[in-house]
Amino acid sequence: MLASIRNRLILIALLVAGSIFTLIPRTVTVRVKGDDGIMHDKAEKRVPLKYGLDLQGGMHLALELDQSKQVSADPKRDLDLALTVLRKRIDEFGVTEPLIQKVGDSRIVVELAGVTEPGRAKAIVQRSAFLEFKITDKSGALEKALPGMDRVLRGLGVSGVDTGTAKRPSAVQQLLGNDSAKKGADTANAAVPGGVLESLIQPAGAVAAGQPGEYLVPETAFPRVDSLLNLPEVQRLLPRGITLRWSAAPTSVGVQSYRYLYALEEKSIVTGSSLVDARAQLDPLTNGPIVTFELDRAGGRKFRDETAKHVGDYMAIILDDRVQGRPPVIQSAIGRNGQITLGGKGLQEAQDLALTLKAGALPIPLKIVEERQVGASLGADSIREGLTAGVVGTVLVILIMVGYYRLSGVLAVLALALYILFTIGGLSALDATLTLPGLAGLVLSIGIAVDANVLIFERIREELLLGKTVRLSIDEGFRHAMNAIVDSNVSTVLTALFLFQFGTGPVKGFAVTLIMGIIASMITAVFVTKTFFLIWLDRRPAMSTLSI
Amino acid sequence: MTRFFAHANYDFIGVRKYAYAVTAAVILPGLLFLAARGLNYSIEFTGGTLLQIEAKQPVNVGRVRAALDAQGIHGAEIQQFGTQNDYVIRARVAKAGTDANDTQATATEVGKALDSVLGAGNYVVQRTEAVGPKVGGELRQKAFLAIFLSFFAVLAYLAYRFEWRFGLAAVVATAHDIIATIAFIGVMRLEVSLVVVGAVLSMVGYSLNDTIIIFDRVRENLRKYKKDTFEQTLNRSINETLPRSVLTHGTTLASLTALTIFGGEVIRPFALVMFFGVFTGTFSSIYIASPVLMAIEKRWPGPHARGATPGKTPAPAPAAGRKVPVG
Repeated sequence: MLASIRNRLILIALLVAGSIFTLIPRTVTVRVKGDDGIMHDKAEKRVPLKYGLDLQGGMHLALELDQSKQVSADPKRDLDLALTVLRKRIDEFGVTEPLIQKVGDSRIVVELAGVTEPGRAKAIVQRSAFLEFKITDKSGALEKALPGMDRVLRGLGVSGVDTGTAKRPSAVQQLLGNDSAKKGADTANAAVPGGVLESLIQPAGAVAAGQPGEYLVPETAFPRVDSLLNLPEVQRLLPRGITLRWSAAPTSVGVQSYRYLYALEEKSIVTGSSLVDARAQLDPLTNGPIVTFELDRAGGRKFRDETAKHVGDYMAIILDDRVQGRPPVIQSAIGRNGQITLGGKGLQEAQDLALTLKAGALPIPLKIVEERQVGASLGADSIREGLTAGVVGTVLVILIMVGYYRLSGVLAVLALALYILFTIGGLSALDATLTLPGLAGLVLSIGIAVDANVLIFERIREELLLGKTVRLSIDEGFRHAMNAIVDSNVSTVLTALFLFQFGTGPVKGFAVTLIMGIIASMITAVFVTKTFFLIWLDRRPAMSTLSI
Repeated sequence: MTRFFAHANYDFIGVRKYAYAVTAAVILPGLLFLAARGLNYSIEFTGGTLLQIEAKQPVNVGRVRAALDAQGIHGAEIQQFGTQNDYVIRARVAKAGTDANDTQATATEVGKALDSVLGAGNYVVQRTEAVGPKVGGELRQKAFLAIFLSFFAVLAYLAYRFEWRFGLAAVVATAHDIIATIAFIGVMRLEVSLVVVGAVLSMVGYSLNDTIIIFDRVRENLRKYKKDTFEQTLNRSINETLPRSVLTHGTTLASLTALTIFGGEVIRPFALVMFFGVFTGTFSSIYIASPVLMAIEKRWPGPHARGATPGKTPAPAPAAGRKVPVG
C-alpha cells in the first residue's frame, strides 16, 4: 500500500512540475530556414498560453483572390505567390508573431496581434503594388474621341442636360459597378449642355499649365466620369493603343478640386517585376518624400533604351492603376535607378510604398472576405471579466463542495486546484491560444469538472449506506463510478472534436479548452482524489466513519 | 452527512404523460414563434458589418440612424452594449450577390456617419467585424454539419458501449434538447453567433452526459434486479442518480451564474444558452431519454426484458444475434 501511494505521489508531482514548467516564460532556440536558404538559430520567446486576438487585441483577415477585374489563369499558383508576397510585406511591417497561412484552396488568413493602425495594415496587405511606367499620349487622341463617346452615351440615354432632380449615386451603387452606376448617372445632372464627357473632361492646358495627354475632371464628377468611361460601349471608341488612367490623389486648382486623367500609351516601357530594391527617402531639394528604386540588369537595359527613344516626352509612373504625381519629363536616358515622387504625402506613406514595391506585386489583387478586429482595451476588459467570473465561479463551487461533502469535499477542491493547473499547463504545452470563448469554457468547466468527483462520492455514500466498511466503500465507489465517468466524458470529447473541426479561431480555442479540461478532470477526479483517499486511509486505518 | 434526495422514490416514469404536456407547452409555442420571426443570425453567418464603439458621452441613437440612412445604409441595428456609452452597430448584407468588398466599404461608411454625428475623436472603435456573405453561408453550413455529424458519432459510440436502443434513446433526447434550445434562442431574441453555436454543442455534450449517467445505472440495475419491470428499473435508476444530478447541476449553475453576471457582454449569450441547457438537459434525460428507451424496449424487446442473464446465457431466439449489453 505504501509503495503504491509513493508511486502515485511521484506521478502527481511529475504532472504538477510539468504543468508549472510549461507555464514559465522562456527563451528557446529554434532552427529556422532564413531567406538565404541557410539554417539559422533563432531565439524565440515562448509565452505560456498566448492570448487570442479577441483577448489581446489585433486583427484577423481572410483574403481571397479578387477575380472581378482580372481572372487568374492558375488560381492555386497565384494564391501561393500571394502568400509569399504577403509574408515578405508583413515581415517588413514589423508585427510580432504574425500568422499568415493558407486555409483551404482559395483563402489566406492573416492574423496580426496588437496592431494599432488597422487601416494601414489592411492597405499594406491588400495593395497589389503593381508598378508600371508608360509614356503619355501626345496626339490628343482622347479629345478627338470624346464627341463620338458622347453620341454613344446619348444613345444610351445618358444626357448632359440638367434634369433638375439631382441625385448622386449612393456609395453602394457606385461600388456595385457599371450597371447601377449607370442608372445613377442617368438621373444625375450635368450643368453644361452638350456631351457629358466633353463638358466634364477638359484638357489640362485649358485650366492650368498642362502637359500632353493630361486632362482635368472636377473631383465631384470623378466617380461618375470613371464609371461612364468604363462602359464597354465607350471603351470601344478609345483609339487603339491608348489607355486611360486616373491620378492617385486630387489636386486643387484655385478653389476647385480636380482629378487628373491621363491618356497613355498602352504598352508599358517597364514594370515592377524588374525591380530589385526600393527605398524611402526625403528629397534633398524639396524635402518631400520620395521612393528610389533599382531595376535588375535586363529591366535597366530596357528602361534605358526606351527612355532614350522618348527624350522630351512625359513618363507616367503608375502604381495599382493610379498615376503617382504628375508625369515627369524625360530629360535623358534613365538606367537602372530611378525615383518616384509622392506629392504631398508623408514619409510613412513613402516607407509603406517602398515596402510593398520591394516585396513584389500581388499576382492578382486580394479582397478581404472576413475581417475581425478587436481593440486592445476591449481585450483587456474581456480578460478581467473572464477572470472575475472564474474566481467567483470557483469560490461558489468550493462552497458547495465543502458544504456538502465536508472533508471529502476539501479533497475534491484540492483536486480541482490541480485540475485548473493541469488544464492551463496542458493548453500551454499544446501551444494553444486562449480565446474569449475558451476562457468562458474554462470557467464553465470548473463547475462541470467536479462531476466525476460527485459521481464517485455519491457512489461511496451508497456503499456506506449498504453497511460496507469505509475502505471497501471507497474502493467500490471508485470502481462503480468509472463506467459512467468514462462513457460520459468520451461522448463529450466526441462533440468537442466536431466543434473543433468546424469552428474558426475563437471557437476552435473553445473546443481545445473543453477537450483538455475533460482529460485533466479524468486525471484529477479519478487518480488524484483516489490517492488522497488512500493517504487518508493510510493515516487513519481504523476510521469507521467517513466525512463525506 | 447531508444528503439531498437520499432515499428518493418518485414515480418519474409514471407521470411521463404530464411531462410530455410540459414539453409540448414549451416547444410548440417556441417553434411557432420561430416560424413567425425566424432566428436572429449574427453577421458571422449572414455576412455584414459590425462596429462596436465606445463614445465619450451617451449617443442619440436616432441621430446616428439618420446619419447612417444619409450614407445609404438602411436598416442598421444600433444597440447599447453593456455600459451606457458602448454601442454596437450592425449592418447586414441585404442583397444576395453583393460582394465581399461591400462589407468593407460599409465599415468606412459607418465610420463617416459616426464622424458626422459624434465628431471624429469623440469615440473609439473597439471592435470591427466585416464578413462577406459567402463566408457567412459556408459557416452556417459547417455549423449544421457539425451538429448533425456529432449525432452519428455519439449514436455509434453508445451503440458500441451499451447497445443501439440506448444510443437511439439518447439521440432522441438530444434532438429534443436542440429543438428546445433553438426555440429558447428564438424567443429570447439571442443572436446566433459562433459562440452561441458553441454553447449549443456544449449543451449537447452536457445533456448527453446526464443521460449516459442514468443509462449507466439502468444497465447496472437491469442486471441487479432481474425481477423488476423495465419501468421499475428506470424509476429506480433515476432516483438513485438524483443526488448526483442535484449536485452537479448545482455546481454547473454556480459557474454559469458567475459567467452571466461577471463574464461580460460577449459571453452572456453563451452563459444563458448553457443555463437553459442545464435545465432542458436534466429534463430530457429523465422524461425523454428514459420513456423513449422504454418505448423502444416495448417495440423491440431486448434480451434483458425477458429476464435472460446478459452475457452469460444466450438470449432467446427472437433476440438472437442482437448485441448483448457490455459491462
